Amino acid sequence: MNPNLNPNLNLWVIPILPLAGAAINGFLGKKASRAGVTAVALFFSGAAFAWALLVAARFSSLSLPYHEFFAHWIRITGFSADFAFYLDQLSLVMLLVVTGVGFLIHVYSVGYMWDDPSYYRFFSYLNLFMFFMLTLVLAGNYLQMFIGWEGVGLASYLLIGFWFTKDSAASAGKKAFIVNRIGDFGFLIALFLLIKHFGSLNFDQVFGAVVPLPVETADAGLLTAIGILLMVGACGKSAQIPLYVWLPDAMEGPTPVSALIHAATMVTAGVYMVSRSHVIFERAPFALTVVAIIGTLTAFFAATIGIAQTDIKKVLAYSTISQLGYMFMACGVGAFSAGIFHLMTHAFFKGLLFLGAGSVIHAVGGEQDMRKMGGLKSFIPVTFGTMLIATLAIAGVPPLAGFWSKDEILWKAYQVSPVYWGIGVVTAFITSFYMFRLLFMTFFGDYRGAKVDAHGHSSHGHDAHGRGEPHESPMVMLVPLMILALLSLVGGFVGWGNHFENFLAPVFGTAEAVDSASHSTELLLMGVSVAVALFGWWLAYLLYCKRPELPQKIADSLGSLYQTVVHKYYIDELYAAVFVKPLIDGSMRILWQDVDRKIIDAAVNDAGDGAKHVSDEVRHMQSGNIRSYAGWISAGAGVVIALMIWMWTKAR
Amino acid sequence: MVPSYVPLSYYLLLSGFLFACGVVGFLIKRNIITIFMSIELMLNGVNLSFVAFAAHWHALAGQVFVFFVMVVAAAEAAVGLAIIIAVYRTRETLNVDQVNLLKL
Repeated sequence: MNPNLNPNLNLWVIPILPLAGAAINGFLGKKASRAGVTAVALFFSGAAFAWALLVAARFSSLSLPYHEFFAHWIRITGFSADFAFYLDQLSLVMLLVVTGVGFLIHVYSVGYMWDDPSYYRFFSYLNLFMFFMLTLVLAGNYLQMFIGWEGVGLASYLLIGFWFTKDSAASAGKKAFIVNRIGDFGFLIALFLLIKHFGSLNFDQVFGAVVPLPVETADAGLLTAIGILLMVGACGKSAQIPLYVWLPDAMEGPTPVSALIHAATMVTAGVYMVSRSHVIFERAPFALTVVAIIGTLTAFFAATIGIAQTDIKKVLAYSTISQLGYMFMACGVGAFSAGIFHLMTHAFFKGLLFLGAGSVIHAVGGEQDMRKMGGLKSFIPVTFGTMLIATLAIAGVPPLAGFWSKDEILWKAYQVSPVYWGIGVVTAFITSFYMFRLLFMTFFGDYRGAKVDAHGHSSHGHDAHGRGEPHESPMVMLVPLMILALLSLVGGFVGWGNHFENFLAPVFGTAEAVDSASHSTELLLMGVSVAVALFGWWLAYLLYCKRPELPQKIADSLGSLYQTVVHKYYIDELYAAVFVKPLIDGSMRILWQDVDRKIIDAAVNDAGDGAKHVSDEVRHMQSGNIRSYAGWISAGAGVVIALMIWMWTKAR
Repeated sequence: MVPSYVPLSYYLLLSGFLFACGVVGFLIKRNIITIFMSIELMLNGVNLSFVAFAAHWHALAGQVFVFFVMVVAAAEAAVGLAIIIAVYRTRETLNVDQVNLLKL
């Protein structure tokens, strides 16, 4: 544990590199050429990835966890927090996912954003996001993590509202920021509790102080409170019930942003934070149960909404919420390594799905409605191929990445309670169904959209329809798709024979040995989940390829139930009625009209008017006439003399 | 035979009378030079009470004050007369009621 044994890895360089890129592009990018901006953005994000790979190469020779002190930050009596970095198996996985997938998405964005007038601004924000995300995953204490946590929220806000002249994008950015703030409130209170009871936010010191504490089985105590508050924070950042509403709206941002921030990295920060705090959660079973229930419900609930969406990105957004639910389900049943495993594979295939969707949107000239797509597989074969791989992966078809991680989660959930497993399997079926529905609606059948112009369309210009056929994206967009497709194909094999779990074991503790009887159960459950995945595939094929008239009939026969799902269970409307409207009304009527205008403004205005009136009267004293001044002086002197005489008589 | 002397109250009455003359002149006269002389009268009324008290209490402080007052009065006379001349040159009058531009 002696830090002197470790070589200095200079971890601080990893977040600083993208920050430098963000600063250069942000300050100088406006005048620079597109090639220059591209070079800066790719160099700094790529260099961060390269540095992370160097760290990974030297990883086995380190004594873990590795600590790196960077600078003093807060030093007061009884509490201190430094800028310090912390590296263990968990942060290494996150580091590689963030820099690796992040770099690929930077490359992809070059093609996707090339025609945008604010090209430099986009890359500046994207690099800024990388900086904060890396600060988050490499932080050595909760406070530094919180900086990263808020910073990625800021970057997310900036990027969702990237096309801020569009009203819906600007409000979506605000919505994401405000909903996240609710979660951050819980996170902050958890941090205050940690400071109050453990006097530190340092991971080592906090966990060292928590480990000797007993498990809070009988009654909920301090650790349960901290755990639940941390989960509130995670609900906001990772879009879980009841704070998931911002993520679908966040699709207003450019598609690479959806891929990087709202699928692969930022939204998984909550899972990372809960996993990082596993010591606390393991001693608070009630908090863990809350995590599991929220995760399970979110997984199921979001998946059902995904069935009826027609916007290709909205389907993926609900799918992301649902998959994040799986990760929390894993954390909630204590299988943190399974959650992180799914986090990693999800970063591959969901990043790929979003980038693929971006490529589709690019191909059809900005259209996002799947009802106006169809038959695209002959126009854009590479995108189709990679999307197919990603769909198979997320549906849980072996041997692709999603199968391994999802199955790991379901198996761990089954060991805790078959109820979690049951809901998880149903969700897996729905996932498979809506993903293949997306695939069939987009790539099969006949093209239902308008013709688009051959090249010069912008990806977000909805009025960019011209002549020509949907066309394949440039290589700079296709290569990241292929790499991610490869990772989605083979990424699951790191879980083979519990390799991944064993790798993370020093962080989360070793799993108990599984006896052969339950081994056969595991195989049976695996068979069930593969079966439901294939069934979902078949059902989607039946409804959207074989008999495309059927879905409408089913929707009509379901009537109001279908309408409820299409309208996302009216959750947005409910929140608007219960929270937003009273808040706005209260602010307008009471705070603005009554408090602000009638009390505060009135007080200020009356004070001003009063002073004006009084001085208007008093100014007549100043007549300019010397003898009137002399009169005032004499009167004043008379008053003073009278006063003195009066005081003199009184004193006697 | 007791030495004859003027009692203190006489001096003070004279001093008060001089001061009152000054005040009244200052208030009622319109000619700026008369007003100016009234100010001098008030100053000298005060001076008289200073020296009277100084003699009565055998304290020198009162007489020192008188010197100060006389110095200030001389300086004031120099500045004041200069102002009067300047006013007369610009306004061609010594009537203070017609010199009243400095008002709101």
